[in-house]
Amino acid sequence: MNNIVIAKKESIIIYLKETFNDVGNITLFSIRFFKEVIRSPYEIKEFIKQCYVIGYKSLPLVTITGFIMGLVLTLQSRPTLAKFGAESWLPSMVALSLIREIAPVITALICAGKVSSGIGAELGSMKVTEQIDAMEVSAINPYKYLVVTRVLATTLMIPLLVIYADGIGIIGGYVGINIHSDVNLYRYLSQVLESITFLDIFPATLKTFFFGFFIGMIGCYKGFNAVNGTESVGKAANSAVVTASLTIFIIDMLAVQITDLFF
Amino acid sequence: MIQEKTIIAPAHISKTNTPVIEIKELYKSFGNNEVLKGVTFSVNKGENLVVLGKSGSGKSIAIKCLVGLVVADKGEINVFGTDITKIDTNELNEIRVRIGFLFQNAALYDSMSVRENLGFTLKRHAKDLSAEEVENQIKEVLESVGLSEVIDKMPSELSGGMRKRIGLARTLILKPEIVLYDEPTTGLDTITSREISELLLEIQKKNKTSSIIITHDMACAKHTADRLVILKDGVIHAEGTYKELEKSDDEWVRSFFI
Repeated sequence: MNNIVIAKKESIIIYLKETFNDVGNITLFSIRFFKEVIRSPYEIKEFIKQCYVIGYKSLPLVTITGFIMGLVLTLQSRPTLAKFGAESWLPSMVALSLIREIAPVITALICAGKVSSGIGAELGSMKVTEQIDAMEVSAINPYKYLVVTRVLATTLMIPLLVIYADGIGIIGGYVGINIHSDVNLYRYLSQVLESITFLDIFPATLKTFFFGFFIGMIGCYKGFNAVNGTESVGKAANSAVVTASLTIFIIDMLAVQITDLFF
Repeated sequence: MIQEKTIIAPAHISKTNTPVIEIKELYKSFGNNEVLKGVTFSVNKGENLVVLGKSGSGKSIAIKCLVGLVVADKGEINVFGTDITKIDTNELNEIRVRIGFLFQNAALYDSMSVRENLGFTLKRHAKDLSAEEVENQIKEVLESVGLSEVIDKMPSELSGGMRKRIGLARTLILKPEIVLYDEPTTGLDTITSREISELLLEIQKKNKTSSIIITHDMACAKHTADRLVILKDGVIHAEGTYKELEKSDDEWVRSFFI
């Protein structure tokens, strides 16, 4: 019995050590980003390519999920609001929920699954097949070419995808409302726009830059540190999704607290 | 305990006596595993040095230390007269441009075509070249490895031998003075291995490069080596020409040639 307790304690200590080690290494990896991003040469072509891959190619997924988010939120909220005779508040409530919380978090989580794992697998595979080493021995900075471009692209594209998901979600909400009643689009949009203020949009959009940064950074870190053959490529991809998703929730929690204090 | 070296022949069989690479007392360990325990050897200008040794004896680690891919624990690595263990990344990069490295599996960039693989390095180091000049150099280097027809193919469409040749082309496009080959013929059939070995010699003659060739392929070693060194237990165990080592008194050394 005692041995089991000791073994469990040891495994918890090892897990905690690994976690803190990871946090420390990701921090150092991120600090390097700020040093490298300002130094020339600038890999503009690769950055644009990554924006296309991360942003444009995620549009179908974000469109579908954004639409479903708005539709389902409307359908689920409607009965509760109807009980209190507040059905007319449905457009405002859906728009505020989407813009302030649901669209940023869900879109970021979807991108953590699609983008972060993709980057983790791609760079992991490049690492184990010595492609990253090949760049380094050719006197090309692989961090600058692979990491800086991808992290910049995710930092820029995730907020744009979230804004797009906000719009699509609001359209989904309109469809949801019209399943049970007949509301004019102009009236629906007027009510939505009346209820939204700058202070709803600004903090919600600001946090998405952090979501984007960490989605890219964690994917790159996991890929860059893949070792021991092809098995580690899968591990890097999996670990990137888990860590990025967890980081999104932590950032969201902090962002809500800070928003609460200042806005 | 460091084993005594069995130096079978001195290192003056080379083409000139000017060393371009000098490794002195190189040490490297990974955790408790001491891989290199004081490796010392040199490569002279225009010379092909073949490094032999059992798998895991640290041959690849030694050449990775030479280009700064692996940081040595202790020792001196002089390349073109500069100790690369004492310089910063920018200075190291200036030396790296003068060294070509052919990886075991060629390490071609999967997401790029052959043209892009070759142009990637060239465009970043020869910025004054026009697009047409870059294209001409790519075609020229592809021709030198006998694969002009694959310029638009992706690495996944190439055979093992072709990948090695394209890897070699990518290595040569910057016209390096030293080329490091990490098992250039591993995984290839006898005929393709022979072709690659001949290509290495041809390149050396044409570009007057100095080379370190790590191999287990004795046919390749026989064909390409001016001199051989054999690594054992983290140190250079034997050194000499192919013929000298083949007739060595040391049974372990001779076992490589059976």
